Amino acid sequence: MNIYQRLYNTDIGYSFFNSKVAIFSFLLFLLIVFSSLFAEFVSPYDPFNPLNVSLMDAFIPPVWTEEGDVRFILGTDQQGRDMLSTIIYGSRISLIVGFASIAFAMIVGLFLGITAGYIGGKYEVIVMRLTDVQLTIPSILMALLVDGIARAIISKSMHDEMAIYVLIFAIGISEWPQFARVTRASTLVEKNKEYVAASKIIGLSSIYIMFKHILPNILRPVLVIATIGLALAIIAESTLSFLGVGVPPTTPSLGTLIRFGNNFLFSGEWWITFFPAIFLIILALSINLLGDWMRDALNPKLKKR
Amino acid sequence: MSFLKIKNLDISYKTRKETIIASQNVSFTLEKGEILGVVGESGSGKSTIANAIINQIDPPGEITQGSIQLDDAELCNNEKLIQTYRGKKIGFIFQDPQTSLNPLFTIKQQLVETIQAHLKLNDNDATQRAIQLLKEVGIHDAEKRINDYPHQFSGGMRQRVVIALSISCEPDLLIADEPTTALDVSIQAQILQLIKDLTIKRNLAVIIITHDMGVIAEITNKVAIMRFGIIVEQGLTNNILTNPQSLEGKSLIISVPPTNKKINRFTLISPEGKEITLNSANLTKNIIKTWGVRETSNKKILDFENVSKTFDDGSLLKKIDSKEAVKALNEVSFDVYEGETLGLVGESGSGKSTIAKIITGLIKPSSGKISYYNDELFNDRKIYQSQYSRGQIQMIFQDPYSSLNPRFKVRDIIAEPLKFYQKDLSQQELQSHIHDLIDIAGMSRQSLDRYPHEFSGGQRQRISISRALATRPRLLICDEPTSALDVSIQAQILNLLKDIQDELNLTMLFISHDLPVIRQMCNRTVVLKDGNVCEINDTESLFNQPQHSYTKHLINLMPKIESLV
Repeated sequence: MNIYQRLYNTDIGYSFFNSKVAIFSFLLFLLIVFSSLFAEFVSPYDPFNPLNVSLMDAFIPPVWTEEGDVRFILGTDQQGRDMLSTIIYGSRISLIVGFASIAFAMIVGLFLGITAGYIGGKYEVIVMRLTDVQLTIPSILMALLVDGIARAIISKSMHDEMAIYVLIFAIGISEWPQFARVTRASTLVEKNKEYVAASKIIGLSSIYIMFKHILPNILRPVLVIATIGLALAIIAESTLSFLGVGVPPTTPSLGTLIRFGNNFLFSGEWWITFFPAIFLIILALSINLLGDWMRDALNPKLKKR
Repeated sequence: MSFLKIKNLDISYKTRKETIIASQNVSFTLEKGEILGVVGESGSGKSTIANAIINQIDPPGEITQGSIQLDDAELCNNEKLIQTYRGKKIGFIFQDPQTSLNPLFTIKQQLVETIQAHLKLNDNDATQRAIQLLKEVGIHDAEKRINDYPHQFSGGMRQRVVIALSISCEPDLLIADEPTTALDVSIQAQILQLIKDLTIKRNLAVIIITHDMGVIAEITNKVAIMRFGIIVEQGLTNNILTNPQSLEGKSLIISVPPTNKKINRFTLISPEGKEITLNSANLTKNIIKTWGVRETSNKKILDFENVSKTFDDGSLLKKIDSKEAVKALNEVSFDVYEGETLGLVGESGSGKSTIAKIITGLIKPSSGKISYYNDELFNDRKIYQSQYSRGQIQMIFQDPYSSLNPRFKVRDIIAEPLKFYQKDLSQQELQSHIHDLIDIAGMSRQSLDRYPHEFSGGQRQRISISRALATRPRLLICDEPTSALDVSIQAQILNLLKDIQDELNLTMLFISHDLPVIRQMCNRTVVLKDGNVCEINDTESLFNQPQHSYTKHLINLMPKIESLV
């Protein structure tokens, strides 16, 4: 049996191959990830190499307009950089920040959630109230706060290098309560099952039971919110970069590109902001659709026969 | 012409991978005033037939062939007609009274709604009728209680309300799908009596679906035995119970634990019709070699002294008054000696499982002393002293579906306790120990590389036993190990437990609500009621000369398959 048939025979695989939306959004997402991963080979130019950039090429509109240039399919920005290439490079930064911040939020949320659910008592109360407090602070505000503190601590020269880590931390810290809540709720269900009692009677330690026995059984809902959270994190990154507190202009992300383009929107150079924005929408939408499908497919109650 | 006539009924479920045949060529007839028992193991298609009569088969199931005639009217796939029949002509009693009543409506609302759906009565008349129905099913003070919500009734009372609902529009046919499975013995007896009385009084035709041969023996006139969607045998209850012809019938009846005598081992019948005499003696040889020979002296292995347990619902701010708090255990004392099987029997809420959880350290006692050999299992601060038990106290759980981690392969499930207690074990020794353990439970070695969901309930219970034995226990606590299993599987598991106990000199604490099973398994028995010990005695004397009135009551009420024989 080849791998396709094996996948098709699992419930989740069957659901995937029978959902056009899932296949389409997955392929789209895969395309974006691959092109940004191999940006050096995929993109027509390296937009950050000064040798390739000529101010003479600035503000060239997309190729299908009258003044278009075949060399620049989606046109160029104010510095003469190819839009398509900057978008591909920019999406790389966006995806790195998105994945890393969600991974950070997931690790923190999983750890706090599973220990809170399993240990209970005062510890649980403290952790869960902490998530409540965290949830009352809008994530953008939280990120601005973290960024502000980081700017105060880190010297100006270091700041540009550290910007991406600050961003990851800022977004991660505002996303973890979701993970903590879901993990705790699932842990409460699992810890009352008899296999956990059996492990306790054998004498296994609590840490071992939590991470070896319970963790694999609660990953499904976590995976779903991680997927939907990924889209949120990418959008949050773009928002922050748009506001100017994100990655430095030398390594622009999608949000930074939109911010640049925004300045030229009313002087007729619409393409500089339009294409990064469309790209961001497609990226977020494909992830969201994938997350929606996954939530339905992994929920036995919603399973269609 | 018969009242209900089912002919050549075929029902199949088309799934993605295969078509499951839930019933094949099923035919039977039923007259008014008769009670038909449909009996069979889980998955034999009993409930499917009941659902087919009221056209409530879950998709993708469908009736592919056959006919169902009620009073000469064809019901098969005739949704329009059945809709007028459901509730009006056909009453239905579900298994679980906890979920078959809507918790947000009062009993009155639910009854009146049903009555008015089928009979043209005004509110007042419908209410009068509802009260009269509640009285008929034996609910006292019906005028007042009719305004209560379902949660204000006990399980047995709720099932009475469900019965009142199902007979509210004077049906001619009553279908009861496992009506007493979720209930305690004493309530089961009352409900069965009620159904029996109603059948005679209202001249009903009744179909009772059950897996319990005791229920069949108590109440039915006719019985149909099903297996894999086929009726393998049907006839008068008396004839079938005393002289079953089919293999399935024989196997079902022989596996039922007799209530009036103790047998050494259950006789098992193989699919070919031969008696299986399994002996696991040579399988345990390897285990005994690694464990070392054990001898049982008459030492006390466990001393349970004046233990009380209160589940206080008190929050941080409010301490519950000790008088008001519900005591799950009240000054319970008993002891267990090496090599014996001590039974704990009682109805739900009697504190049986609480005792098991306290001994294994899953919950703390409120007061009292528990000693394993000479060491106290809980210190002064009520912290479990696992160094004294060191895995020698193991437990087999009730629910085989949740007691194994679904993400672990069987091999890893069994290996885990081995690795934990013998850290210096080489890979080779580990594998050979795992093989010994899976052999003793009667499972093939191929099963080691599969996941728990690929096994049936009985097989999972065997895996549980393997895991429990991995720590070389001395005391094995079995908490209702067979209550989720079919009778024939129950017989196999009970045999296995007896074999293991004999050969490995294990001591067992056997918890069950099922008196016949207790009688087969236990040397001594503790009878519990509401957290109090009623009686402790040798099992044989307990069944032959019960001392306590509650014991007498329980023994009186247990359905006796021998009552007909």
